[in-house]
Amino acid sequence: MSERKDLEIIASLVPEGSRVLDLGCGNGELLAYLQAQRGCTGYGIEIADDNVLACAQRGVDVIQLNLEEGLAIFEDRSFDVVLQLETLQHLRNTEKMLRETARVGRIGIVSFPNFAHWPNRVRVASGRMPVTKALPYEWYDTPNIRVGTYADFEVLARKDGLRILDSFGIQNGEAVRAWPNLLASVAVFKFERG
Amino acid sequence: MGSLGDVQAQAMAFAEPLPLKSGAQLAGYTLVYETYGRLNADKSNAVLVCHALNASHHVAGTYAGEPRSEGWWDNLVGPGKPLDTDRFFVIGVNNPGSCFGSTGPMHVNPATGRIWGADFPVVTVEDWVDAQARLLDRLGIAQLAAVLGGSLGGMQALSWSLRHPERLRLCIAVATAPNLSAQNIAFNEVARRAIVTDPEFHGGHFYAHGVVPKRGLRVARMIGHITYLSDDAMEMKFGRSLRAAELGYSTQEIEFEIESYLRHQGDKFSEYFDANTYLLITRALDYFDPAREHGGDLTRAFAGAKCRFQLVSFTTDWRFSPARSREIVKALLDNRHRVSYAEIAAPHGHDAFLLDDARYHGVLRACFDNLAKEVGA
Repeated sequence: MSERKDLEIIASLVPEGSRVLDLGCGNGELLAYLQAQRGCTGYGIEIADDNVLACAQRGVDVIQLNLEEGLAIFEDRSFDVVLQLETLQHLRNTEKMLRETARVGRIGIVSFPNFAHWPNRVRVASGRMPVTKALPYEWYDTPNIRVGTYADFEVLARKDGLRILDSFGIQNGEAVRAWPNLLASVAVFKFERG
Repeated sequence: MGSLGDVQAQAMAFAEPLPLKSGAQLAGYTLVYETYGRLNADKSNAVLVCHALNASHHVAGTYAGEPRSEGWWDNLVGPGKPLDTDRFFVIGVNNPGSCFGSTGPMHVNPATGRIWGADFPVVTVEDWVDAQARLLDRLGIAQLAAVLGGSLGGMQALSWSLRHPERLRLCIAVATAPNLSAQNIAFNEVARRAIVTDPEFHGGHFYAHGVVPKRGLRVARMIGHITYLSDDAMEMKFGRSLRAAELGYSTQEIEFEIESYLRHQGDKFSEYFDANTYLLITRALDYFDPAREHGGDLTRAFAGAKCRFQLVSFTTDWRFSPARSREIVKALLDNRHRVSYAEIAAPHGHDAFLLDDARYHGVLRACFDNLAKEVGA
């Protein structure tokens, strides 16, 4: 979530005063924003040393954990909101983490690169894997081990009994509500356990 | 970053007896301590550093005229260091029962006029924390900016958050555990048996005989030392290196470098450490278990804490493993306390908490930087 506008769009989905858990919180920028602008409290989870340090420097509470090991440390519904932004695509246990997100939080918010964004479709149609701002890696060095689309997520959410409260795309710092699967490079879903 | 230079220990006598967890009390005792930096006008910048098994109040700086007398956490504490003595007033206290100046088993029991020896009352982590709190009362410090400790020192930091919740803003507990595992108690027991069964222990009253149970102390230190290092660290440092070029085919002479190293560590330790202190401090480790009074429920144990927490563990520390720190993190999360946790991939085992690792020290520096802003230090 490097773009400031993207960050503000996501933050606007988080109710004021929420207790937030940010899975894969990076340098803690969003949590710091939520604390300062929306009166939220909470913690970030990170695995990377440099991000843990960046969070500590910002004064954002961070817990160094490997998300692949699950969220056993957190009790059911112990957070108002669990964020999983640009993280899902890096995890082997994508589906398990999604269920865990819904277990630990009353509301889950995920974002991930939408593989069905039209430039990606064009690129694949031309016979090559896409390399874009949202998917900046070559196929052989990408950390994105799960690539999916906006439409794919709707199917998975249905399968796992998640009720989608809101969903849209983000493109160039703007929310995309018409044809997001085609017109947005980032997919955003807000959901609760059905 | 500079060194503190030469520092001096101070002593403070306490006439009022210290009630102990065991029900006994420690009458008329003295605490030896050191301070670095300056206490600010509103006395809000004090940081207490708690020592582990074999350390003392001498946290940082040197003693005049004594080469290599740097304090045990000199790499962390000093001007411009992560715990910056230009901003914070740092206090190190030698715990009662120890052997570095505060009242301990080698001193005279005022009630009998004889050296305490094995009769020194059993002290606990909680008793130490209460003793430290009294010293702070006398220094006029109502609330600490932070309490910091590693290993057994970390247990004291945790205990501070439970016994005196209003008296600290931040608890930093490094390479520690909510209690000792059976394996940990087992190592302590081997060490204690080595000391107690040394013929020169004399039931703990060896002072009167003019001897020291050095053999027991050496073995105790050797086994302790093994548990402070990781398998990999030991392999890297010593491997199967031999002292001589060829095997000597001896069962008792030193063949391997690791043997030489352990014996050297044991010898050094037996020269300065007190046998009764070793028994007392390992027992304090064994007894520490804040969940015990709450039916084994660590979450309930931490319900009354009020400060924020920073926990740190090291991936290769098998004596106080990351899993034990995560138990504490979970208890704090359950109580909705503010907590951060860093799990440092350092190769050195338990010893890592005393070493200078950029990631580890970076996190602590960030903690203290934020704290300094908060208390105006």
